[in-house]
Amino acid sequence: MKIRTINYMIKQGFIGIWRNRGMSIASISSVAASLAVLGVIITIVLNINNLSYIAQMQFDTIQVYLEDELTVEEISTLGQDITAIPGVQYVEYESKEDALNKMKEQWGEQGHLLDVLEDNTLPNSYVIHVENIEVSDDVVKELNNFAGIEEVKYHKDIVDNMLRIANFIRAIGLGLILILILVAMFIIANTIKLTLNARKQEINIMKYVGATNWFIRWPFFIEGMVLGLIGAVIALIFVHYGYQYTFDLLTTRFYVMLSVYVVSVEEMMSKTIPVFTVLGAGVGALGSIVSLRKHLRV
Amino acid sequence: MIQFKNVSKTYNKTNQALININLEINKGDFIFLVGPSGAGKSTFIKLLLKEEEPTEGNIFVEHQDITKISRRKTPYLRRNISVVFQDFRLLPNKTVYENIAFAMEVIEASSREIRRQVPMVLGMVGLSDKAKQYPHELSGGERQRVSIARAIVNNPSILIADEPTGNLDPETAWEIMKVLKQINRRGTTVVMATHAKDIVDTMQQRVIALEKGRIVRDQHKGAYGYED
Repeated sequence: MKIRTINYMIKQGFIGIWRNRGMSIASISSVAASLAVLGVIITIVLNINNLSYIAQMQFDTIQVYLEDELTVEEISTLGQDITAIPGVQYVEYESKEDALNKMKEQWGEQGHLLDVLEDNTLPNSYVIHVENIEVSDDVVKELNNFAGIEEVKYHKDIVDNMLRIANFIRAIGLGLILILILVAMFIIANTIKLTLNARKQEINIMKYVGATNWFIRWPFFIEGMVLGLIGAVIALIFVHYGYQYTFDLLTTRFYVMLSVYVVSVEEMMSKTIPVFTVLGAGVGALGSIVSLRKHLRV
Repeated sequence: MIQFKNVSKTYNKTNQALININLEINKGDFIFLVGPSGAGKSTFIKLLLKEEEPTEGNIFVEHQDITKISRRKTPYLRRNISVVFQDFRLLPNKTVYENIAFAMEVIEASSREIRRQVPMVLGMVGLSDKAKQYPHELSGGERQRVSIARAIVNNPSILIADEPTGNLDPETAWEIMKVLKQINRRGTTVVMATHAKDIVDTMQQRVIALEKGRIVRDQHKGAYGYED
């Protein structure tokens, strides 16, 4: 294809957009709105996934809090007994002091707040590493028969619940997005139809003088894709600033350590930029195809 | 050059537009296609342009069976068979020059070729001084000459004219005929569908008369043969 041809097609594409400004704005808004909703859903799902991943990392262990009265020998026998349970890989002993230090570390800059605690009320504990998360239920069942254990902290159910919520949101979101994208596509198809009507005469002549089908079609594709891409850019700006705002709110105003669990703005954008670009251009291209198939027999 | 072999065209399974047409048109021929409305002239032209496919038979253009050309290749066929309509079909927002150049641009001719060809065809149709005018500033005859210039700018070997003088007064019609004859003398095959009795009678060219989908007469140096 010649440069002049490409220029011609891009120019025609933009002329089409400009000629039907009203419909173009409607198309862009509709793509932007659909993708913005998708952005919100991606935000939620990514964060839940991230959270449950972190949780899984932490919770593929079972923590058993030991009764304070246990002697050193009793503690060590209990350790051996636990190691003997099938499915247990190894156990780690975490003393009261270890637990406190770990907490200070997690709290980071705010760790000094813990210094005011007069009494270390944290329990001694064993951290049990299981071979895989599936056996943890059985291990927990065994543990319940043991004496000297104050509490079994076991988070598989929490992880499961989070994953279930994430899946649920993903499913609902996908359905919603599909509808929104169909609507956006329909609006783009109608915009293209207007351009087609405006250029009917030109196209008729082009056919008779032997312009190739693709030569005739390209400007409409470009028009559709540009509409979709502009919508995508607007949605990306919205998602970027919206997420930045929420992220700042969550990490500075509310919980101390939340920043560990929240997906960073950069990571969020690195996921959404390619998805939005492809979807925006794709919706635009599909909209053109729908319109061209219906109204342009070349 | 053009050959119809047992060509029939039936619309909607019942409406027989052309019935078993056998015809040969030689290179450089000037042909009048006559016959009452609904005789099949339009269908004949549509088949040649591959706007419609024959229900039966084969059509050859320069030894190539155009019924076997894929839709994707059709544009290349149309660069060799161009067409002029009764209603001119010029783009109102383009000048005369731009209207003609457009036909070259869309088949991706180089700007050098465009700069060479457009003035040349404008000269051939006698409109060199109107290059910068818009169609609405021209008379009907001038508009038709622009549309002829556009049709020949890509050097087709066949020019189809579908009632090119239908919207023009007799005097202007003759101007158009002169231009078409001149193009024909340069070697372009011209097929002209028409109702203009005096033109056909005066020009003394080959006349093919269609009636109810059949060729009822094929006569060299023929006359129109109908009383309008």
